[in-house]
This record gives sequence, C-alpha cells and structure tokens, in this order.
Amino acid sequence: MDFLVSSFASALRLIGSFSPDVVDAVRTSLSVSAGATVFAALLGIPLGLLVGLSDFPLKRFVVTVLNTLMAVPTVVVGLLGYGFLSRQGPLGVLGLLFTPTAIVIGGTLLAAPIVANYALASVRGADPRILPTALTLGAGRLRAVGTLIGEIRFGILAAVIAGFGRVVSEVGVAMMLGGNIRGYTRTMTTAIALETSKGEFAFGMALGIVLMMVALFVNLFLNLLQQR
Amino acid sequence: MKKFPRILEIFFVFALLALTALPAVAEERLRMSTTTSTENSGLLAVLLPPFEKKFGCKVDVVAVGTGKALKLGEAGDVDIVFVHARTLEDKFVANGSGVNRRDVMYNDFVLLGPRDDPAGAGKSNSAPDAFRAIAAKGIAFISRGDESGTHQKEKEIWASAGIVPRGAWYVEAGQGMGEVIMMATQKRGYALSDRGTYIAFRKKTDLVVLRQGDRNLWNPYGIVAVHPKKHAHVKYDLAMKLVDFVTGAEGRSLIAGFKVDGEPLFFVHGKGVGH
Repeated sequence: MDFLVSSFASALRLIGSFSPDVVDAVRTSLSVSAGATVFAALLGIPLGLLVGLSDFPLKRFVVTVLNTLMAVPTVVVGLLGYGFLSRQGPLGVLGLLFTPTAIVIGGTLLAAPIVANYALASVRGADPRILPTALTLGAGRLRAVGTLIGEIRFGILAAVIAGFGRVVSEVGVAMMLGGNIRGYTRTMTTAIALETSKGEFAFGMALGIVLMMVALFVNLFLNLLQQR
Repeated sequence: MKKFPRILEIFFVFALLALTALPAVAEERLRMSTTTSTENSGLLAVLLPPFEKKFGCKVDVVAVGTGKALKLGEAGDVDIVFVHARTLEDKFVANGSGVNRRDVMYNDFVLLGPRDDPAGAGKSNSAPDAFRAIAAKGIAFISRGDESGTHQKEKEIWASAGIVPRGAWYVEAGQGMGEVIMMATQKRGYALSDRGTYIAFRKKTDLVVLRQGDRNLWNPYGIVAVHPKKHAHVKYDLAMKLVDFVTGAEGRSLIAGFKVDGEPLFFVHGKGVGH
C-alpha cells in the first residue's frame, strides 16, 4: 500500500516540478510515437482499404498474415530493426541506429499492421451499399472510395488511436533501436525500465502514471477534434 | 465530403508533433556504450557534462552489459567503449576492433548473502571457497546470466573454484544488477555484485556483504576507442579527446570526488584504497 501511495505522491511532484528529464522523455515519447503513427497510417489505411475492397486469390491468407503481424513481439521488431540499422546491416551506412528516427521506423513497423487491421474491419463493417450507390450517382471510383472513408471515419480514427497506443506504450523497440540515451532517445517507457532497474520503483511508477495521463490527453484531444 | 478534412487535420497535428523530435541545434555527437554500473550509479552525469561543455559536443550514452557494449563497438555502432572486463577488453583490442585502451578507475565486487548465511560463505577463506560452500549446500545463487562484466567475473570465480554451477539452486536471471540483488533478497539467496550497485541498493535489501577485498574480486574499468581502421566512420579524434579527459587530471578528480551516500564508489589508480 505504501508503495502505491508514495508512487502517486511522487508522480504528482514530478508533474508539478517539470523536471527536464521528465519533460524530455515525454517530448521524445510523444514525437516518435506521433511520427510512427503518421507513417503507419499512410501505409496501413490504404492497405486495409485495398484488402477490404478488393477480391483476389489468397485474400484470406493475407488477412491471416495481417492479424498475425499484430502479435509480433516488440523485441522481435527491435531485433529485426537492429539487424538492418546496425553498421554491419544493409542500412548501416545511414547511421540511424540509436537515433529517434530509428524508433520511428520500428514504431511504424509495429503500428502499421494494427492500423491496417482496424481499417480493414471498418470497411467490412460499413454498409455494403455505400460504394455502389456512390458509383450509380455518378461518382468516379476515387470519389466513391472518398465517400466510403467519410462514412467510416470513426473506424479510421480508432485505427489511428490504436496504432498510437501500441507505439507509445512499447519498450522493446525504443530500447533496442533508440538505446535509451538521456535527453535524446529516452522515452517514457525506457525511462520506466531504467528507473526500475535502478530500484527506484516509486519513481518508475510515477513515470507510468505520467505516461497514462499523457495518453489520456492525446485521446481527449483526438475526441475533441472528432466531435467538433 | 465535408467531414473528411478532419482526419487530415489530425494527421497534420501528429506530423507537427513528430517534428519536435528533431534536435534544436546540430551538435557533434559522440556515441559511447558503457556498462549499467557507470550510468546507473550517476557517475556519468557528473563526469560527462564538463567534457561536453569543453568540446561543444554531446555524448550519447548507451548503457548495456559489458558483453553487449563491446559487441556494439565491434559492429561500429558506437565510437567508444567504457567497460569492466579486462580479458574481453584485451580481446577487443587484439582483434582490431579497439585501439588505445586505458585504465580509468576501479572498484570491487562483493559477495552478498542473507545475514544468517546458511551456507557459511562468510567463514570461508577466499571467494572461490565461498562459492564452493554455496554450491555444496545448494543454497540459491542468483547469477546475472547476461555476459555482463559482473557475470564474467562470476564465471571466473566458479572456474577457479573448479565447479560448473548447475542445478535448481543456480538461478540465471538474465537481468541487470539491481534486479538480481532484488531477486536474491526475495529468494534469500546469494549474489555477486559490484560495490556501487550494492551501495545504491543498501536501503532496499537486507542482504549483507559476506566476502570482500580479495585480489580476485578486484574490478577495473577501462576505456577503449573503436579502431578507425576497422570502422572509418567512427569519430576517433573526439573519442580520444574523451579518453584523455577521463584519464587526465580533471577526469580523475571528478571520479575520485564522486560519492553516493557519502561513500566514494570508484577509485582512480595511484590514489584511494589500495588493493
């Protein structure tokens, strides 16, 4: 009990103090997660729509693969990214390992399948008459798909939020590709892992509470945008 | 179609947010891999800022186990390595990955165990003897199991005790020093720890030091620049400036003056406690 009370107290103190370490970690977390979410949406939404709207052989297989990719452990993505981005790897010359960019790349790979699956599910859940109706009313193919997206925008937004949630909460990719460098690639989650390893459990817990509050604000903000 | 731009709006906000990841000023960055003990103890937070200020650069610290820290150097993913496993460091230099290895500082390892010492490890005459006593009684021993410098040292001691540790009592945690101390506390077992981490955890554990001060519990730290002949992209000149700084007068006095709870954690050669 003591542990929880003292962590909550230090969480409040942390938030009040605006310590540069915490501010840096929040900023890094938010920016790399946002970047990864943008790229994941750019990849995942069209992919989900494409799979959802077209018919082709092996479609069920592709859907199964997409579903499986949602369950890939973050450390495996981290390991894969490490293999590619390390100086020994095929992309090593870019020197991206242990930079925020590396976390964005890893986060994109993590979030894109989730975004695609959510987009796919919302296409499947949409009224099947939307596309034919738009087409009969004289809309071009692109315009008709635009109408469909407008109709399923809540599903698309949910896809983006879920993708963001996956990236902002993971620790494997951020640790392996970012390297937990203070003031540079230290995110909220790697900071929590570090504090825990130092035995500063209350401080780690406090950072966890801060992370949840940040996520809450992001979601409140997105909701606001949606309902306006 | 009117509702569509809102999704774009959200995109726009996210993209703006992502831009804040770009560093404000492009400083030269030196990348150093090091062991968790130097970073977690807080030493680097004292040692590095004066260097960064002096040379107008930023040192990016990647804190991992010694084994991985050296691997990162071998792969050319860092410019400089600051670790504690002398034999591995020498191998690192011998295989052409590193150059100009220097001694920086030292501290020592301690054998931790429960106060009532069920294996009688505290009554033994040497560290290998103590390990033998623990193995004979089959009392829990928590090993780092992660190829860190501490794990290397532990394996050396098992080897000189002539024992291959195996069995339910030998727990390979695969975690950092702090986690291992906490695990040993929970299991009422033994563990080998560097003194710095133990001092940092003293308030959180009821384990006590049962064996210390042996010659083979000595823990020297070394710094090695990654060889520019093997990896042309490394910042060798800046790395050597850091080597000179931490082994020079200013670095030495910063290390010697660094204290946790009023106790010095690291000693520079030629000063402090002799071994």
